[in-house]
Parts: sequence; C-alpha cells; structure tokens
Amino acid sequence: MSSATWSLPLARRRNRLRRGLTEAGSVMLGVALLIWSLLPVYNMLLIALDPEEGEIEFSGNLYPPEVSFEGFWDVVTQEARYLEDFWHQFGNSLYIGLLTMVLTVLIGSLASFAVTRMRLAKGSLLTNAALLTYAIPASFLIVPYYRIMHLYGLSDNLWAVIAAQVSFATPFAILIMQLYGSLIPFELDDAARVDGASAVQLYLRIYLPLMAPALAVVAVYALLLAWNDYLYQAVLLSPRNMTVSVTQGQLFTDADAPWNAMMAAAIIYVLPPIVLLFALRRYVAASLSMEVDKG
Amino acid sequence: MSSTRQLLAAGPRMFKGRRRPPGHHHLRGSDFAWAIAFALPYAAVFFVFVVYPFGYAMWMAAKPSLYAELIADRLYAPALVNTLLFVGLGVNVKMFLALLLSGFFMRRRWWIKALLAVYILPWALAATQACISFHWMLIGEQGLVDGLLSALFGIDGPIWFNHRWLALGSNIVAYIWKWMPFWTLVFLAARMRIPRDIYDSAEVDGAIGVRRFVHVTFPLLANLYLICTLLSTLWTLGDFTTVYLVSGGGPAGTTEVLATLGFHYAFDASKPARGVAVVISAVPVLIPITIVLMRRLQASEAQL
Repeated sequence: MSSATWSLPLARRRNRLRRGLTEAGSVMLGVALLIWSLLPVYNMLLIALDPEEGEIEFSGNLYPPEVSFEGFWDVVTQEARYLEDFWHQFGNSLYIGLLTMVLTVLIGSLASFAVTRMRLAKGSLLTNAALLTYAIPASFLIVPYYRIMHLYGLSDNLWAVIAAQVSFATPFAILIMQLYGSLIPFELDDAARVDGASAVQLYLRIYLPLMAPALAVVAVYALLLAWNDYLYQAVLLSPRNMTVSVTQGQLFTDADAPWNAMMAAAIIYVLPPIVLLFALRRYVAASLSMEVDKG
Repeated sequence: MSSTRQLLAAGPRMFKGRRRPPGHHHLRGSDFAWAIAFALPYAAVFFVFVVYPFGYAMWMAAKPSLYAELIADRLYAPALVNTLLFVGLGVNVKMFLALLLSGFFMRRRWWIKALLAVYILPWALAATQACISFHWMLIGEQGLVDGLLSALFGIDGPIWFNHRWLALGSNIVAYIWKWMPFWTLVFLAARMRIPRDIYDSAEVDGAIGVRRFVHVTFPLLANLYLICTLLSTLWTLGDFTTVYLVSGGGPAGTTEVLATLGFHYAFDASKPARGVAVVISAVPVLIPITIVLMRRLQASEAQL
C-alpha cells in the first residue's frame, strides 16, 4: 500500500475499506445466487443434451460427455416413447393456460371495476368474500371438485381445469387490481361522466388502459398458476385429454423412460411463460413500482 | 433521530393513493344494472366453483368417526409434523431471505440488474418440470448434486430420498428455490416506494447499514411482511406439487404432507371421505390465519 493511502484520515480509510468489503461481498452473493438459481435449470439441460436413451447414464457427470440434440429432435418429431402425443398435449396445456389467463383478467377486472369504480353498494362484500377462497388451499378441494365436475357434466373436459384455475386465480387478481386501482384518480371517471361516457365506455376507454400494468401482472400470474398446475390436470382429465405436466409427472420416478427426451420436452414446455414474462417485463416492473402514482 | 421519526410517522400516509371520495353515492338505474352485470360473472364463479365444493367437502368429512380413524392412522401424525416443518421452515426462511435479498437487488449496478433477470427464472419455470429436475438432481450418486459433492470435496453424497429428514429438507429447499423470487419482487417493489428522503434523514441521524434496516426499512415493511407471510402460509399449506414430485412422499410415506396424504387416500386407496378429512382437519388452523389476513388487508388497503 502506498504512503498516500496511509496519510488519509482514518475515517475515510475505514470508509473505503468498508466499501471494498461491501463490493466483494455483493459479488460473492451474486455468484452464489447465480449458481443457486441456475443449478436445477442446468440439470435439465445436462439430461436433455445426453444422447443415451433409457437408463440414466449420468453417474454424476457434471457436463454432458457428448452433446446431442437427439432428445429435442425426438420430442419435436414425437418419436420418443411416452411422448407420441406431445404436440397435442402441449396444445391442451396452452388452451388451459391461455383461457385461464384471459378469463381471469376479464372476470377479475369486471368485478373490481364494478366494486371499486362504480361503487356498487355492498360490492366490497363480494371482493372480501373472494379472499375467503384462500382459506382453503386449492389442493384441499380436489376430491369435491372431482365429483362436482361430474355433476356439472364436465368430467374429462379441459373446461373443468380452466374453471378450477380461474376460481383460484381471480381473488388474487381482484386484490391486485383493487390496490392498483386505488391509485387512479376518481376525477378521471367524473370528467368522463360529464362528457357523457357510459359505464361500458368507462371500463373500456379509461379503466382498462390505465390498469394495463396491473392487468399484465394478473395475466402473468394466472398463466403461471395454470402452467404450474399438476394436481387438477392429473385428476380431472383422462389419458385421452392429457397435458404435458401430467405425462411428465406420472413418469417422474421411472428410470426407464427416455429422460433425455423427457427433459427436452420439459425445456420446451417451460419456455412460453418465460417469454411472456420477459415480453411484459416493462409492465410488470411499472406495476410493481406503481409509477402511476407520480403521474 | 427526531427527523426520522417525523417522517416515519408520516410514512404510511405518504404511501396512500387517492382514496374514494367520502359521501354516499347512489348509482343511477342503468348504471346499477351494469354494475350488477359486471360483478355477476365473478359472483357466479365464486358460488359454483368455490362455495359449493367447499360445502361439499365439509359434508363429505362431517362424520366424527373419520377423525378417530385418522388419529389411529400410522401416516397421519408424521404428515402433521411434516406439514408443520415444511410450512414453518419453508415460508419463514423464504420470506426472511426474500426480504434481505430485496435490499441487495436495490443496489444500482448493471450486473445486479442483469442478475435479477436470472434470479426470477425459478418463478417463471413451471413447477412440475422444476420439481422433476430437483428429483433427478438429488437421485443419488447418479445425480448432479452428488456428482458436484464428489468432484469438489471428494465426498460421497447421500441418497437423499432414502432418509426422512434429508428428503423433507430437499422438499423445503426445492420449495424455497421456486417461490423466493416472487416474494423478493414483492418486497423489492415495496422498497422502491419508500421515499428517498426517509433514508436521507435517517442517514443524517446515523442510521446506516444494519441499523437502517432495523429502525427504518423493517418498520415500514413490517405490515406488508406480515400480510405476505400469512398469504404464503395459506398457499404453502396447499402445496401439493413440491412434495409429490420431489420426494414423492418417500421413503415409505414418511415425508407426506396433508395435501399429498389426502390425495393418496382419495385416489390411491379409494377412501375419498378419509382423504377429505385429512385436509379438512387443517381448517381450524386456516380460519384464524385468514381472519388475521383479512383484518390486516383492510387496515392497510393502499399500503401493499
């Protein structure tokens, strides 16, 4: 260390030391977080890029001994065992995910518009009751759901899963939209009213555009809920109407399954929500930081 | 610390958005009809797909003899202990780390912003596939984790799913991995809304580092932290996928939680009523949590 450093006042030197330590600490924390976040993802790639079929031939390999895209090719062409219907199943998953997303945004935004913006008398009873949904976790209701869907004539129907997902996603959607909506000034509604706007116009022209960031968060949340689901799809659907998650979940301990192709299928399956999240990240970030507050 | 205190006292008010103007407001005829029409779809969903299934569950599990059977059951008591550990450790460790890490992600460095994008990846990764990856990663000497342990430290890693506590620990770690990013984002958003001047005046008063966290940041976030912890507790009690697809409830059913045990009875053992009774036995815990949660939410509508 140079003499100049030593001549610095003690406080400044301590400050510099502390800043250096903080910097080193955050770099170390950053590296640890990187490994923590990516290890299971890397594990998926490691297995997917293996050429071997059948037996898991890893013996603790840290990198694929021979990189091969056979697994991915077998999934895309539906040649892998257990994955003969991959694209059909993927279509089912997509159908469930997209409809859950659209219906949650639609039903949730209509309800929270009626209650918070139109000030429907006693409407808050409904939005409070909505939260009661979470008093019983979704998975706890699977047995009654199974029977009730039969009563409704929805057994082995994708709509049974969609109905379940929408029911469990909407209370959170309403909560988020209520909190976010409270930041939009009521004067806007009143001004539009004076100009003769109807309730529907108010909803379409003022509420929805201003709520865009919150709607994006809700959309991502609802899609992820449906995309994460295993239980409802496994119980309410028959093999004829399988989804990707159920096929994979049912084989997860089967070492004889072609795991390179299974993991390749898993990687293909996990991509859509990631793409959506990154496409909407501006909105999500804006909603999270509630930029509207300053507007 | 007087200036900090003043700002802290004013804090919650600063967070509040515009509130509904006071005074009662009567909807005109057609508007009232529209408002009802807008609220109706959700009301229908709520009654048809939430209230009715719940009533159905209560009806299925109403027989007291079911609970006597449960208490005598070999798998029920361990499942209770596992649920307590899974939820208690999983939720609290996750929430506390998320709160601390949200402070880390507040730092203005380009590489920390880039790291955040990678860090939230587990949240966006579908649960089924992520859990399956955890399962194969921990499968034993063929798995990646034991491979790393032997390459880095020269030790033979255990077969994680052959031992109750290791398997339970694996479930908890997988759960934290999957859900910590979401709550970190929630806390990060809340921290971003803390006005800069509160920190500036706190710094003048000498509150930096740990002291700033204890005396300034945490008090401001305490209510949100409690709400999030309660909500997460409710969601985690119902977490089926993690346990079912990481340890699979093994070895020999010793890591089952209530959600997976109920499923096991209802669909593998064809005892649906007992399956429902297993999960309904958690209701006495769920109701108070929900009541506290709703009170807190009402008390602090705009603070979240």
